[in-house]
Amino acid sequence: METLAFILANLPAIGERTLQHLSIVGVAVGLGILTGVPIGIAITQSKRAADAVLYVAAIIMTIPSIALFGLMIPILAKIGQGIGYLPAVIAVLLYSQLPIIRNTYTAITNVDPALREAARGMGMGPLQRLSMVELPIAVPVIMAGVRIAVVINIGITAIATYIGAGGLGAFISRGISQTDSRQLVTGALAVSLLAIAADYGLLWLQRRLTPRGLRAAKPVVWRHARRAPA
Amino acid sequence: MITLDNVTKAFETPSGTVIAAQNISMEVQDGEICVLLGPSGCGKTTTLKMVNRLIEPTSGRITIGGKDTAAYDPVELRRTIGYVIQQIGLFPNMTVEENICVVPKLLGWDMERARKRAAELLATINLEPALFLKRYPKELSGGQQQRVGVARALAADPPVLLMDEPFGAIDPINREVIQDEFLKMHRRLRKTVMFVSHDIDEAVKMADKIAIFRAGKLEQFASPDHVLAHPANRFIADFVGADRTLKRLRLVKVGSAVETGWPTVTAGDDVARALALMAERDHKYIVMVDPAGRPQAFLARDACRDQNGPAVKHSLPLPATVRLDEDLRSAVSVMFMHDVRWLACVDDDGLFAGYVTQPGITRLLRQTYRGSGVEPVA
Repeated sequence: METLAFILANLPAIGERTLQHLSIVGVAVGLGILTGVPIGIAITQSKRAADAVLYVAAIIMTIPSIALFGLMIPILAKIGQGIGYLPAVIAVLLYSQLPIIRNTYTAITNVDPALREAARGMGMGPLQRLSMVELPIAVPVIMAGVRIAVVINIGITAIATYIGAGGLGAFISRGISQTDSRQLVTGALAVSLLAIAADYGLLWLQRRLTPRGLRAAKPVVWRHARRAPA
Repeated sequence: MITLDNVTKAFETPSGTVIAAQNISMEVQDGEICVLLGPSGCGKTTTLKMVNRLIEPTSGRITIGGKDTAAYDPVELRRTIGYVIQQIGLFPNMTVEENICVVPKLLGWDMERARKRAAELLATINLEPALFLKRYPKELSGGQQQRVGVARALAADPPVLLMDEPFGAIDPINREVIQDEFLKMHRRLRKTVMFVSHDIDEAVKMADKIAIFRAGKLEQFASPDHVLAHPANRFIADFVGADRTLKRLRLVKVGSAVETGWPTVTAGDDVARALALMAERDHKYIVMVDPAGRPQAFLARDACRDQNGPAVKHSLPLPATVRLDEDLRSAVSVMFMHDVRWLACVDDDGLFAGYVTQPGITRLLRQTYRGSGVEPVA
């Protein structure tokens, strides 16, 4: 009850923190798409480059977020941005790369070779193949990667409060330091709900972006007349 | 016309150079269907793909309509050549209409014209445009998909069509139907077609010329009838099969084997007249026709001997008739089915046109064997 009362009394603050949170994740993953998708496409040209890039992205993923935030303080301090919004965005951008690059790479390499051959044989150049065939077919899988990136990073961004980036993590950190379970639960609840809402929102977007011919639908069986046996 | 002049393709592999096609020279005349035939790995697909430069020849020259294909940009070249593959390869993200419009779009047609063309083509492949234009490939059966695949290849009206086992993945019943449809369409459009197949029956049915490949070499290049009658070597004889003479039956229409000029009787004629006519030609039977000339029954000489009265009284029912435009394979099949040695033939209007007989068919097939002075390879 106490927690509920706290939430109701602090709705404007929760709203503000949620927007801060979303702006970090949104901007970072948005930039992550702009870098990750082209990288994912580029590495389909070379197995060796793909292995190297995916390896590096996986290593980044294993760095604990609190360590990554700490690492960036001295680096970004040189331009006077050691703490706050910018390092948070950069960290989230880095964490979003693995799911986005890997899903883009997998989606493009999994396009049926017959489609690629048909496209080539009909006189499409490499860029036309990419834009007319490969990317439209890859969209659902790329979007699935974006969803993973968003959900993971909504959690990671909760930690960004420790470098002064704000967001919903502020409730949690204050709840811990003040041993105030109301704030702690409010923060945790808000982060979870935000992740779930974002996932569903993006799932809806994923379905919208999937070309109609690829959407799972009720299977349609076309019967065709067979000649009666003579 | 497609001309291959001493074309060779060598692939460098870790285990050495592999010659996929060696010194291939051949010509496909305008409006002809040339089937490239052979077992897997014989170089037929490599040869096909060198024509639209999906595979670049190592040496030699390929011309289409007199122009060297090497002079074109490969991407531009492919837009002027229709291409159909076994896996069909319709783009699942596009509707039937968008699939057909791909090449026109690449060629920069205005969309109005491309769409009109798509509707036109669907109608020619027996898919109702109103129903199918907006469908997606997954909503079509395999046979419908490959019809659309062919329509897509024809979209920009290319003079040349390359087909890589186009009907290989379609069930046998639909394959026959699509082959027939394709032949019908081909008779109208007269494209120059190169068609890869590993199925001798398909080749015999479709081809004006058959090119038989083995281990990267062109072993024989001739008409289906010639390949069946005179296989150039034992490999080809084995490949076309021990039943190759039966296969030839498919190539010959009843009309070419029909024996004409035989007299007929009508129901009211006296049986004595029938006997006289048979005796005159030394024939064992005679067909009885109705006043319009449609065959109705027949009279056998043995059964009529010393009989009298009208012919109809002694007539026997005809087991079957065949049309002049059926192939001899069907005719022979009907003969075997009814255990007879001859059949009455009818023309398009159902009028009696003559007989086709087992000895007559044998004679016809032998003529080709004798004609060339080459003994058939056993």
